[in-house]
Amino acid sequence: MQLEARLRELRSQGRKLLVPYVTGGIRDDWVDIARAMVDGGADALEIGIPFSDPAMDGPTIQEASAVALARGTTPASVFADLRGADLGVPLVAMTYYNLVFRAGHQRFAEALASSGICAAIVPDLCLEESREWEAEAAQANIETVLLAAPVTPDDRMAAICERSRGFVYGVGLMGVTGARPELAASTAELATRLKAHTDRPVLMGFGISTPDQAAEVAASADGVIVASALMRPVLDGASSESVGALVQQLRSGLDQTTTG
Amino acid sequence: MSEHSGRFGDFGGRYVPEALVPACAELEKAFSEAWQAPEFRAELDGLLRTYAGRPTELTECPRLSEELGIRLLLKREDLTHTGSHKINNVLGQALLTRTMGKPRFIAETGAGQHGVAAATAAARFGLECVVYMGEVDVERQELNVFRMRLLGAEVRPVSSGSRTLKDAINEALRDWVASVESTHYCIGSVVGPHPYPWMVRELQRVVGDEARGQARDLLGGDPDVVVACVGGGSNAAGTFAGFLDTDARLVGVEAEGGAAVGRGVPGVVHGSKSLLLQDEEGQIAEAHSISAGLDYPGVGPEHAHWAASDAVRYVSVGDDAVVSAVRRLARTEGILAALEPAHALAWIIAASGTDELPAGSTVVMTLSGRGDKDVAHLIGLE
Ligand SMILES: Cc1ncc(COP(=O)(O)O)c(C=O)c1O
Repeated sequence: MQLEARLRELRSQGRKLLVPYVTGGIRDDWVDIARAMVDGGADALEIGIPFSDPAMDGPTIQEASAVALARGTTPASVFADLRGADLGVPLVAMTYYNLVFRAGHQRFAEALASSGICAAIVPDLCLEESREWEAEAAQANIETVLLAAPVTPDDRMAAICERSRGFVYGVGLMGVTGARPELAASTAELATRLKAHTDRPVLMGFGISTPDQAAEVAASADGVIVASALMRPVLDGASSESVGALVQQLRSGLDQTTTG
Repeated sequence: MSEHSGRFGDFGGRYVPEALVPACAELEKAFSEAWQAPEFRAELDGLLRTYAGRPTELTECPRLSEELGIRLLLKREDLTHTGSHKINNVLGQALLTRTMGKPRFIAETGAGQHGVAAATAAARFGLECVVYMGEVDVERQELNVFRMRLLGAEVRPVSSGSRTLKDAINEALRDWVASVESTHYCIGSVVGPHPYPWMVRELQRVVGDEARGQARDLLGGDPDVVVACVGGGSNAAGTFAGFLDTDARLVGVEAEGGAAVGRGVPGVVHGSKSLLLQDEEGQIAEAHSISAGLDYPGVGPEHAHWAASDAVRYVSVGDDAVVSAVRRLARTEGILAALEPAHALAWIIAASGTDELPAGSTVVMTLSGRGDKDVAHLIGLE
């Protein structure tokens, strides 16, 4: 299943897109959590492959990564858990570049593909450094999602939108991942700029945690990515069903904004 | 725009999220222009002279030299204001911060010497200053924590990961991505995304340039060997920059438990591609060294390149030899070295009289900092 094709199809049906995140290996039952997210209305899933030094993550994802690593999680164990899981939506890997580089681009891309993952987000690979990876990933049918930030100037934004595959990831605020009480004003501004630049699906992430926030962002974007707000309860011991219920609430928030 | 590509052979680069790209580009431009501007160079030279106490001496070590059968000359960065080479880099970056119009200055620190230097420059230029420091280092370099606070900086202990330098850099990067429009991140070594490794080497080359001239005066020529300790690698890069085009053999000394060149493999962390201690999956390993300043699993990309091209030889020494080297220099020469440069000395002591350092060799070693900060720790070992 290709990510971009699927997201475009859903968007054309008037649906706002919801992509929840789960840290691979965060708990024994992490694949059940992923499945509950799908049942709750996820259109695709972002699967975090934990890294020892997540410099762009806030406290929740840092803790989620550390917990997963302490359980012995490796890229290979995440891939093995996913193989045959058949979650029914496109899966997007999210990890830091050193894990990709260490494995080798081709080997990493093939490992993603063989575990049913169809796209990748590597946030510490900016436009200048990502070209080689993008090409080798494409060989294995892996779409590379590129990110844009509020400070990204227009010329870079055009190049990012042009080269990104799957969707364009709008980093809604200047900062690390993490739930925030208020939505950053930069989120809607960036979404609007991105939409003016591209026909590709535009999904916003960073600091989006409640159904109301999701709905507000979706008014100017094609959808949202929600991570810390879902991993916090997982770290606190919430059942997979209750995480699924949180996703369902986000889904309802988004569906209210759907124009049809 | 810049005279440097940011690549050192296969190493270097700018592996940062999009949110930090404009700030790196702005800094690259500011430094490129400043480094070619006579007014900037004159202002920095003036500060280095009248504020930091440059040039520093190249000191003979008559008693230790006799014992070792070599002629040892120490480049005395311990005599600078704040007591280490870190001040050279920080004064340059503080001037650039003013040029870029940013009111806030953040830094990471391991041994606390870079943090003290950053706090000092921030005070001198009226900048708000926050220093990130791993909890382990806060404890073992307590004196420097007090110094930073006295200088008006806020010290934020970092409790994630190995709670040392690597984690302090992660936390400083997290601050920077949220504050980049008002804040300059003053990285303390030749690590990080372009332009940092190049810029910090250029700001530290004053060490090597001075030492080369002083060695010519004292020795009538270049030394046989030039030695410096390597954590991130800034004092070594600055020292070697002055001797790369001479016949002197260059030796970088790493901590055994943080030997990124000696035992690392290529990887990407903290914004650049270099050699890195890591596992087969690419998870970064924790370094272990008695010296907070060398307790780092990575190394600057230019060192990785110098190692690959055999321009510099890299060796490592363990904690015990380092502690003995501190004591020996103190008792023979009356100089209390920091644990970091004591690595360079420990190697010299071990290599003297071997093929590496035959009797009669002339050796320039960068004594990158003074040992006051380590006294409490050393007393604890007695
Ligand atoms: C005195 C001294 N020497 C050396 C170092 C290591 O840094 P670098 O390798 O960048 O010179 C430090 C770092 O804290 C230091 O304080």
